[in-house]
Amino acid sequence: MEYGFTTAAYVVAAVLFILSLGGLSGQESAKRAVWYGIAGMALAILATLYGPGAGNWLISLAMIAAGGAIGWVVAKRVQMTEMPQLVAAMHSLVGLAAVFIGYNTEIEMAGIAALQAAGDADALEALSGFAHKIAAKSASEIAVLKVETFLGVFIGAVTFTGSVIAYGKLAGKVDGKAKKLPGGHVLNASAALISLVLLVMYFNGAGTWALVVMTLAAFFIGYHLIMGIGGADMPVVVSMLNSYSGWAAAAIGFSLSNDLLIVVGALVGSSGAILSYIMCKAMNRSFISVILGGFGGTTGPAMEVTGEQIAIDTEGVAAALNDAESIIIIPGYGMAVAQAQQSVSELTRKLRAKGKEVRFAIHPVAGRLPGHMNVLLAEAKVPYDIVMEMDEINEDFPSTDVAIVIGSNDIVNPAAQEDPNSPIAGMPVLECWKAKQVFVSKRGQGTGYSGIENPLFYKDNTRMFYGDAKKSLDALLPMID
Amino acid sequence: MKIGALKEIFEGENRVAMTPDSALQLQKLGHVCCIEAGAGLKAGFSDATYEAAGVEVLKTAAAVVKAADVLVKVRGPEVKEAKALREGQTLISFFWPAQNAELLEIVKERGATAVAMDMVPRISRAQKMDALSSMANIAGYRAVIEAGNNFGRFFTGQVTAAGKVPPAKVLIVGAGVAGLAAIGTSTSLGAITLAFDVRPEVAEQIESMGAEFVYLDFSEAQTDGAATGGYAAPSSPEFREAQLKKFRELAPSVDIVITTALIPGRPAPKLWTEDMVRMMKPGSVIVDLAAERGGNCDLTIPDEKRITENGVTIVGYTDFPSRMAAQASTLYSTNIRHMLTDLTPKKDGVIVHNMEDDVIRGATVAHQGAITFPPPPPKIAAIAAQKPKEKVKEPTPEERRAAETAAFKAETRNQVTMLAVGGALILLAGLFAPASFMSHFIVFVLACFVGFQVIWNVSHSLHTPLMAVTNAISSIIILGALMQIGSGNWLVVILGALSVFMAGINIFGGFMVTRRMLAMFQKS
Repeated sequence: MEYGFTTAAYVVAAVLFILSLGGLSGQESAKRAVWYGIAGMALAILATLYGPGAGNWLISLAMIAAGGAIGWVVAKRVQMTEMPQLVAAMHSLVGLAAVFIGYNTEIEMAGIAALQAAGDADALEALSGFAHKIAAKSASEIAVLKVETFLGVFIGAVTFTGSVIAYGKLAGKVDGKAKKLPGGHVLNASAALISLVLLVMYFNGAGTWALVVMTLAAFFIGYHLIMGIGGADMPVVVSMLNSYSGWAAAAIGFSLSNDLLIVVGALVGSSGAILSYIMCKAMNRSFISVILGGFGGTTGPAMEVTGEQIAIDTEGVAAALNDAESIIIIPGYGMAVAQAQQSVSELTRKLRAKGKEVRFAIHPVAGRLPGHMNVLLAEAKVPYDIVMEMDEINEDFPSTDVAIVIGSNDIVNPAAQEDPNSPIAGMPVLECWKAKQVFVSKRGQGTGYSGIENPLFYKDNTRMFYGDAKKSLDALLPMID
Repeated sequence: MKIGALKEIFEGENRVAMTPDSALQLQKLGHVCCIEAGAGLKAGFSDATYEAAGVEVLKTAAAVVKAADVLVKVRGPEVKEAKALREGQTLISFFWPAQNAELLEIVKERGATAVAMDMVPRISRAQKMDALSSMANIAGYRAVIEAGNNFGRFFTGQVTAAGKVPPAKVLIVGAGVAGLAAIGTSTSLGAITLAFDVRPEVAEQIESMGAEFVYLDFSEAQTDGAATGGYAAPSSPEFREAQLKKFRELAPSVDIVITTALIPGRPAPKLWTEDMVRMMKPGSVIVDLAAERGGNCDLTIPDEKRITENGVTIVGYTDFPSRMAAQASTLYSTNIRHMLTDLTPKKDGVIVHNMEDDVIRGATVAHQGAITFPPPPPKIAAIAAQKPKEKVKEPTPEERRAAETAAFKAETRNQVTMLAVGGALILLAGLFAPASFMSHFIVFVLACFVGFQVIWNVSHSLHTPLMAVTNAISSIIILGALMQIGSGNWLVVILGALSVFMAGINIFGGFMVTRRMLAMFQKS
């Protein structure tokens, strides 16, 4: 009876979660979707507490309340520009929880094995809940359980250190540049190999130590893998870790024979995988090359960039904007760094009030998180229906008077189309240079994350608007009339 | 200096080179203005308004010529006007020096300076004094209005209670300033507008004005408009044939044709032949803006409106700007005023005729007793050379269909392979794994499948909320911890409690932040 109720609740919860993800297909339905998710989660927790196997209600509820309070406060306070860090940090928690739960399973298994060996039938009878379930398993089921637990811990451990490093990089606490220990990928490969060997040993009866050593190896893999990836590849990393945390949950679900965990783990896992795929496609790079870090080798000398970068002052930009009919703004990570989204929004509002057509062009990998720019612009109250995706707006540049590039570089680099030898050749880019005039708001003359020269800055119709994005825009605002 | 505006003596010319407004601006440059009585009357500016603007109104032309140091006019001088000039005096007006060599000779003899408004070079800096463009703009507008006046139907299509009215179809030949102005006027009246030009690089401008560019099926290295200062150049006989063929195709369907094709220094090219006129429907209208130079249409009679035997009206007026004298005078006088601003660099009323300046040098045709026409080429290239454009070939319907079938086949093959491989793997697992595992495994595979189907529909802009929400629900892992926390082993309880704690942070943090983000998205 109780078991039946819990299962029924799980089915409802699973449906709610699916609706919650599906609802994100539109801005309006998404607002409803998040409530489905909350309802599903509440239902799942209540059903589990009510169902078989749960005990220590007091501790459970106290812990949920304590954790919830912290989560609530953090979520309330976080700045929208800090969103990537927050997401990464939260992934690490899921990873660590998966490791702990895997260990618990191992401890229970070891305890039961000892009891069974001692032939203590009374003690076995007295077991309740989760331990009781394990005791009832046959030998081959225990073997499968071991593999599942092992995998759960492995993925959880990789997710944990990986997310911690990703958090550090995004928060600027760890150097964002790609860095590898001497030995590079060989180190990762050998750690993975050790884990595989340990899996076989553990499967064949090696004790808890195998699990512990593997955890350490997995921690190292997570650390080293993410250390080797930097800067603009971060959106892929974050969505990949998102995917891993899902797979870890699914593996734990297998080991606990809990279908809801499996379903949700698989949903989250595939969602992260698809996001990673979309990001990789937007950079025209394979997933493997992103994970292995760094840009692929070039096939020849890069095209010579000729000409000079011509600077322009605030008055010049203001005059051009006052004359322009249609304007497209291309924000990038630099806008997030300079916290310039409010100024951009204010500029947009002023220009739109004058009857000009202002739109935003968002490259899929702009920023450090999938959809990062959309969230920042939404925070600054830029209406979402003038925020366009690359495919929607790329054809409109030739009929645009002014394109303003704010803090983005590689995603507007014409070399991707013009120079077959460029490291980013073939990457889809925003063709802003086709606009009649381009202004580039940029701190200095440096290159982007990939270290590639950007011929856009040297084009005849490009003017460089040097300076901190926020300060430049704030200086510009009073001159728009 | 004293600036004097003369009354136009050319028959039917209504414009005037100085308006009360431009006079005020000229006075700010330190100049004094005078005007011949009645000069602005036909353009709607009475002598009283000039006087109110501080302009001295003189009775006769002779008085103005005598008083002024600089004379401004619209039309080029007549012989008697030229002969009245004195040494050191400057005349600013249209001049057409290439066609008026004798006039130039007279001005030289008199030792006067002539600044030809039609010789202002086509560079960005000189746009504000480009009188040809401002007049062409008016002509383009007026051509459409004139066509509408002679056309018996609406421009825009309408569905009314009294029946359906088809929209008028307008063809504009030549997309210079006048052509573009005509396109703008015609599209804003609601007509279907087609436009043609020999310079392929203007296709973009045409389309930006809302008309459809008529492409020729003709591949030849066409001359770059930039090489000829932005003007059209004569085209090869083959090109001309292709062009006429296209026009013959269009002739029966268009209602209004406005031709504006001119090649600098040559008679207007004949583009709309007699047989095309015959093909047109009765009631159609042709407005020939090139009539002054012989006309683009075979049947055009300059300065006249005629109706052919098959009922096609051909308008050959040459005085479109003059027909809108108030507007034309305002623009022209502003052009003149800008020219004088350049000639008065210090704004102190002293004219400095700087022959080093590209614009002034280019426009000056006679100076200090010498003919300075034609000018040397300007130092700055007027327009950046166009890069050769790659032509994107439109795939034929067959090719497109073939490509679609191929894509469909490839997709099918992909899906079938994936299904086969995936199915084989699952079967393989089923052979070895215990039944209890398989039942969970099925759930897992189905959930992955559902995930893939659902996530593809998530809109790009919501990827960050998606990550936050998946992050929140990935803390479903709390269930595992909740199930273990009831264990008798204290270590298990501690680890379980920690897991619950961390998952708790995630649940609340994740959902909370998602809600915050989604609440921010709003429509305009």
